[in-house]
Amino acid sequence: MTPPIRVLVAKPGLDGHDRGAKIIARALRDAGMEVIYTGLRQTPEMIVNAALQEDVQVIGLSILSGAHNAIVPRVMELLHEKDMANVKVIVGGIIPDEDAADLKRQGVAAVFQPGASLEEIVDFVRSSVPA
Amino acid sequence: MKVSTAARPFTTISGVPIEPLYGPEQLADLDPARDLTGPGQFPYTRGIHETMYRGKLWTMRQFSGFATPEETNRRYQYLLEQGQTGLSVAFDLPTLMGYDADHALAEGEVGKCGVAISSLEDMETLFRGIPLSDVTVSMTINSPAAVLWAMYLVVAEKQGAAWEKLSGTIQNDILKEYIAQKEYIFPPRPSMRLVTDTIEFSARHTPRFNPISISGYHIREAGSTAVQELAFTLRDGIEYVEWALERGLAVDDFAPRLSFFFNAHSDFFEEIAKYRAARKIWANVMRDRFGATDERSWKLRFHAQTAGCSLTWQQPYNNIVRTTIQALAAVMGGCQSLHTNSLDEAYALPSEHAVTIALRTQQVIAHESGVTAAADPLGGSYFLERLTLDTESAARDYIRRIDEMGGMIAAIETNFPQREIANASYEYQKAVERGDKIIVGVNAFQSDHEDAIEILQIDPLAQKHQAGKLAALRTSRNNGRVRASLDALRRAAEGTENTMPFILDAVRAYATLGEICDALREVFGSHQETSLV
Repeated sequence: MTPPIRVLVAKPGLDGHDRGAKIIARALRDAGMEVIYTGLRQTPEMIVNAALQEDVQVIGLSILSGAHNAIVPRVMELLHEKDMANVKVIVGGIIPDEDAADLKRQGVAAVFQPGASLEEIVDFVRSSVPA
Repeated sequence: MKVSTAARPFTTISGVPIEPLYGPEQLADLDPARDLTGPGQFPYTRGIHETMYRGKLWTMRQFSGFATPEETNRRYQYLLEQGQTGLSVAFDLPTLMGYDADHALAEGEVGKCGVAISSLEDMETLFRGIPLSDVTVSMTINSPAAVLWAMYLVVAEKQGAAWEKLSGTIQNDILKEYIAQKEYIFPPRPSMRLVTDTIEFSARHTPRFNPISISGYHIREAGSTAVQELAFTLRDGIEYVEWALERGLAVDDFAPRLSFFFNAHSDFFEEIAKYRAARKIWANVMRDRFGATDERSWKLRFHAQTAGCSLTWQQPYNNIVRTTIQALAAVMGGCQSLHTNSLDEAYALPSEHAVTIALRTQQVIAHESGVTAAADPLGGSYFLERLTLDTESAARDYIRRIDEMGGMIAAIETNFPQREIANASYEYQKAVERGDKIIVGVNAFQSDHEDAIEILQIDPLAQKHQAGKLAALRTSRNNGRVRASLDALRRAAEGTENTMPFILDAVRAYATLGEICDALREVFGSHQETSLV
């Protein structure tokens, strides 16, 4: 049996609205994955360190405050520096289309905008990690 | 897509089962003398005023703030010209968390979710040309509320507006931050001391100002049910009353200035029942539990805001319709002031065009719909009265459980309300996934093509602009006076004195928000929650 997929769900920035992050964390857990939730107000450094220590295959970032253009590129940069480019990064939250395209160009695997279904997100995480 | 209604369970959006029809047989336990007294009569189930909106319409108060104080000041002037009757300040995340615009953690966040205010100078700019003696101002600020309120009071002082005539509200509800919104700085007990300081200061110096707006809004946005929103909010209110009594205040000296803030969600009758039950429970709590004798202490006054979490990114014009239904529920439920969300708020802060439609929505309800002519127009409906009784008893059960845990702080420390909300939020999301709950345009009735809407862009230079002003301020002010005022504040915080006079002194010396909060962080420490999924 293959070991479960390990996912870090992280909430960067100053925003405390964690409803979405918690729902995603539960949905991934209910789908059989091992989920580590960082809690609030994580810097990109803290997130990447947690991803390293927890040896996750996927990082999910939840951002609703509009600070994604400052936060996500820094996470991607740190992953490269630490030789962790194989870790998939997905972003969920209020991310305008133009920004979503930009983030994908920087290596983000997927951006889930408001209204995305849990099923869609769970399926994506499953398919993005090699069995 | 074809949507079948046959298989779906008939429940409210909070999951409460609904019968196909309600009649007198469902109201056998209704006692009209207890449950259906007239508007303006204890326990105010039907409204706090005898004539309700005939006497005075609700205050149309659009929450707004973005980018710099200069830009927000221009928006305020515009809203007042358009007939808005009160202001409501939205602050950005660094301000809400007690950081200056030039702090490292403010990177990327300045002016994004509200206006950036780091010093008295910014607050002076925000209200330039707006006479604080004439306009009522609500400020959505919690952890650092005492500091922002002090800035406001000093601006009023400089405008020559007497404090005792100022009318407005600071949200200042820290308990719901630990429960739901998570914008906390200090641990719960020192935070409660700061809140109590403002309630005490307000009772003495600003008799027409509401020093707190006890808020269910954010609890609901975090995914609670209507009953949880109601129960946790009222239990928070009880906690604030207990702390103020402990401080030595007489209940009738501060209770008339406690105000509330509820969500106006999409389930029309459930929401109206919630507001009616809220008034009824609070009146009984104040009279019977706390022995208040002033009628004003018994009356629950509330602001309502339509549900931000109900707005969809898909087919955004539908949001105008959602907001209209929600606003109508708030009005039928007897709100004292109302914010209607704008159609574009699933994307960003609202554009001027969108916010104007939102304001017009309230004006149409007020002046065209006819619902304001009679008080509590739905009172006596079998369905609504049943829902009101059930909402009341379910909320009382929660309040009793939290009492048994030793109060709200003890409940928060064991994650009780947080867990209840997270469970409800997940259950709702699963119901949406199953198609048991329909969201038009999202899990049903999707469109292939959607026209882009105009979105407000925040100038990325806002941060630089604010940081530049702060740098200039830090050199031009009397820094000796700043240090002395912060030292005095630290000493007061270590003791038991009311901190408000010391915060006011620091603000007058142009100490910044971040500096004042740092002084308090040194004494009180910072709060970290145990992350719970």
